[in-house]
Amino acid sequence: MGSYLKYFFKRVFFMVVTLWLIATITFFLMQLLPGTPYTNQERLSPETIAMLNKQVGLDKPVIVQYGIYLSNLVQGNFGISFQFKNQAVASLLAGRIGPSLQLGLQAIIFGTFIGIVLGTISAMKQNSWADTASTLVAILGRSIPNFVFAVLLQYIFAMKLRILPIAKWEGFAYTILPTLALAMSPLADSARFIRTEMVEVLHSDYVELARAKGLSRWEIAFRHGLRNSLIPLMTLLGPLAVALMTGSLVVENIFAIPGIGEQFVKSIMTNDYPTIMAVTILYSFMLVFVILVVDLLYGLVDPRIRLSEGSKS
Amino acid sequence: MEMKYPSIVDIPADEFQPLQKNTEEEREEIAAPSLNFLQDSWRRLKKNKAAVISMVLLAVIILISIVTIFVSPQDPSKQNVDYINLPPRVPGLNIDGLNGKTMVAGELVDKYAQADVPSNVNYLLGTDGLGRDVLSRLFMGTRISLLIAFIAALFDITIGVAYGLISGMLGGRVDNAMQRFLEILSGIPNLVVMILMLVVFEPGIFSIVAAMAITNWIPMARIVRAQTLKLKDQEYVLAGMTLGESKWKIAFKHIIPNISSVIIIQMMFSIPTAIFFEAFLSFIGLGLTPPAASLGTLLNDGYKTFLYLPYLLWIPAVTISLIMICFNLIADGLRDAFDPKMKE
Amino acid sequence: MEKILEVNNLTISFDTYAGKVRAIRGVDFDLNKGETLAIVGESGSGKSVTTRTIMRLLSSNANIDEGQILFKGQNIVDKSEKEMQKIRGREIAMIFQDPMTSLDPTMTIGKQVAESLRKHKKVSKKESLQEALDLLNLVGIPDAEKRLKNYPHQFSGGQRQRIVIAIALICNPEILIADEPTTALDVTIQAQILELLKEIQEKIETSIIFITHDLGVVANVADRVAVMYAGKIIEVGTAEEIFYNPQHPYTWGLLGSMPTLESEDDRLYAIPGSPPDLLDPPKGDAFYPRNEFALKIDAEMEPPFFELSNTHKAATWLLAPQAPAVNPPAEIQRRWDIFRKKQNQYSA
Repeated sequence: MGSYLKYFFKRVFFMVVTLWLIATITFFLMQLLPGTPYTNQERLSPETIAMLNKQVGLDKPVIVQYGIYLSNLVQGNFGISFQFKNQAVASLLAGRIGPSLQLGLQAIIFGTFIGIVLGTISAMKQNSWADTASTLVAILGRSIPNFVFAVLLQYIFAMKLRILPIAKWEGFAYTILPTLALAMSPLADSARFIRTEMVEVLHSDYVELARAKGLSRWEIAFRHGLRNSLIPLMTLLGPLAVALMTGSLVVENIFAIPGIGEQFVKSIMTNDYPTIMAVTILYSFMLVFVILVVDLLYGLVDPRIRLSEGSKS
Repeated sequence: MEMKYPSIVDIPADEFQPLQKNTEEEREEIAAPSLNFLQDSWRRLKKNKAAVISMVLLAVIILISIVTIFVSPQDPSKQNVDYINLPPRVPGLNIDGLNGKTMVAGELVDKYAQADVPSNVNYLLGTDGLGRDVLSRLFMGTRISLLIAFIAALFDITIGVAYGLISGMLGGRVDNAMQRFLEILSGIPNLVVMILMLVVFEPGIFSIVAAMAITNWIPMARIVRAQTLKLKDQEYVLAGMTLGESKWKIAFKHIIPNISSVIIIQMMFSIPTAIFFEAFLSFIGLGLTPPAASLGTLLNDGYKTFLYLPYLLWIPAVTISLIMICFNLIADGLRDAFDPKMKE
Repeated sequence: MEKILEVNNLTISFDTYAGKVRAIRGVDFDLNKGETLAIVGESGSGKSVTTRTIMRLLSSNANIDEGQILFKGQNIVDKSEKEMQKIRGREIAMIFQDPMTSLDPTMTIGKQVAESLRKHKKVSKKESLQEALDLLNLVGIPDAEKRLKNYPHQFSGGQRQRIVIAIALICNPEILIADEPTTALDVTIQAQILELLKEIQEKIETSIIFITHDLGVVANVADRVAVMYAGKIIEVGTAEEIFYNPQHPYTWGLLGSMPTLESEDDRLYAIPGSPPDLLDPPKGDAFYPRNEFALKIDAEMEPPFFELSNTHKAATWLLAPQAPAVNPPAEIQRRWDIFRKKQNQYSA
């Protein structure tokens, strides 16, 4: 277990370093930004601007600002939003994490589950019509941009068939269409991945041995095929998380969901720098965290890594 | 085995003379003909109907995009307030929806007549909210999206391959450092980098290209490095090194040709990603802005008027989906063609 | 000698993008109860395909064009997949070549050994693991009880092969097919595994079909030997007959290229060229292009089997009455001399 703990701490340390770097880069990028956070700055006199700057702390040397920035960050203080003058960014975002998180989790769980099923069917019945059909679904899911898909869903189910609400977030039914739209990406990616992995596994020597034992194809797929394919699938979770974050920007917009993604877009439109920085850091943190969890879990789940210090003779 | 003779003893004795022409060279002949790797892969690729259709389609689209730089049905940026929101009119076709007529509040109306459009002026895909020809804008949009795609591919091949190759060949501490850097860089979601670029530099082609320059080549670098490491240990590389070839010569002569299939496949997959990103950013208003036309801005415009002019969204939607499907099918086909073990 | 398996005129082809490959072109052999039959040949000779056909483990582009495989009075060729699943692992079992890849890396070996028992017989999980433990002891895995929970990567190559053997034996199969079980192992481990197989055969009385390209290995284990080339059996006999009285030039080639302590030549004889393309098999004796002893008729007609004893036959025109006498390579002559001496001893 000792080597695993070392691995664990190494990864955590690395995560912290990455986050620090991201925060720093974001900070300095923001320094490059033209303009000030004040509305109608053309109408303000230089003296007024200087005074406002002093108030907000923008007159201090960059290094000092940086220090304040970092210490604020660690305390969870992201400053005050430029867009909503009275609201701390942190509280602004806190209220929006819920919907985004729920949407994201639903999408990834639904998407990967269906993707695994489709990929498995594809691999088991290679080149049959079932394979072609599920490959088609996977290709469409990868190719049709998720916002197009989202609009399509709205059009069919909300406008024409009228069986689901078109937008907003007021109950479970409201989550169905956005989840579907967001799930297409994880679904397509995991279906393709599982198919490739499974096909390779199904051609491996140990599967041939399992057949020689008299096991049926489905027994082999479940007991040997899935486990060996699902483990590498974990490595996909990082990129999937990214895809979800990206997708959420547009899906939340289209369906008017009060989540972080929707706010992010608004903040960009209104040059609300503190909020932009905060969301940047938040997303980066989530991604790095997911990658960390995946790395750790992988080491735990794959016996070859977990037990690399096992007795050998 | 046809028996020319009723039984063995009937076979004449001179049949049992030693066979003359069995010389050493003939015995050494290898019986089966061998195909070179590229020919083999190309043959396999040709059999994949989906990939072939995609390639043809894509070639056609690219051709049209280039040709329309010089010859376009209309000027894509020309606005004509009198002719706004006209439905498609294809001369010669009298199908509702393609003849200048469309449903307005339940009734079929000839909007061209309404707007007093002369009979020799036809907008094959209609006009948008500012009176611009949709078809011409579609060509322009496709062109820009494809341009961005190829710039992305360029970054892939140059930065991505170079980075991965150097990292893999040099190994040791340099490799470690380069990998750490890569991990950090990829720890920031692509999206965030793009947004930051867009915020810092005004939205436009430059910021999108800048963002891609920073992030798009990372998967390629990873794959190239992994393959380089794998090949580095192969015996023929070691053989080359013992014969005194310099590392870089080996890299170019042996490694690159062998990983070229992987590079091509990865490139084919990264292009749709780039197209998607541009479209996505433009769609939410962060990418290109009108009057520039990209598939993304067309989608954005179309979305705004979706409720009563859905075709303004469907046309660019179908176009972009088609392009992405083609690239994906070609990439899948290439992957299957280069690595036949994957298929049964 | 009781026959336990009978293969008659087995003919198999594969559909490939280049055309139909005739991999097996009319193979006959029998397996007797309690014996070890070795099938020897180069890569591509068809030895693996033949045995995979017995288990019906061929890929989907394979066709059994003709022939039958009789096991316990029934024709395996006609059986459905479901029926075959009852036979595999239980009545006929197989061990494979590469122990490093034959085991599922993510499942404990205890479970893997017990798996076929649980599939074929109604036993509880506990009982099956106990049985697995017994088998691991039988094949010589030390500290077996603790190691039931270990994973394959925690064992050496030789040990993994023992585990594979345990898996094959757990249901007491009547036939064990060993497909090059020692090719991927070090020489010292090879000897151990062969020893193990011999012990097991004595204890359990399984009949073994042993596939290999290495004649040296065969000498130790086989009762009878069948030599395959280009999809056909070209010579078959007892081990002694094949080693000391070989008649087919290909068998000579195999024996000549095998280094032994006794041979006087200091150069190894290598058979020039490579096996024929089975997309379009040659008309006569498939070996003729590489055969320095080829006769004109070898290019025209396939030789039938000529019998030398009721256990030994070879398909070579050199045994026809009209054939000229040939001088085999020195190494073969040396063996023939040994054989004649032995024969004289028996009749004396």
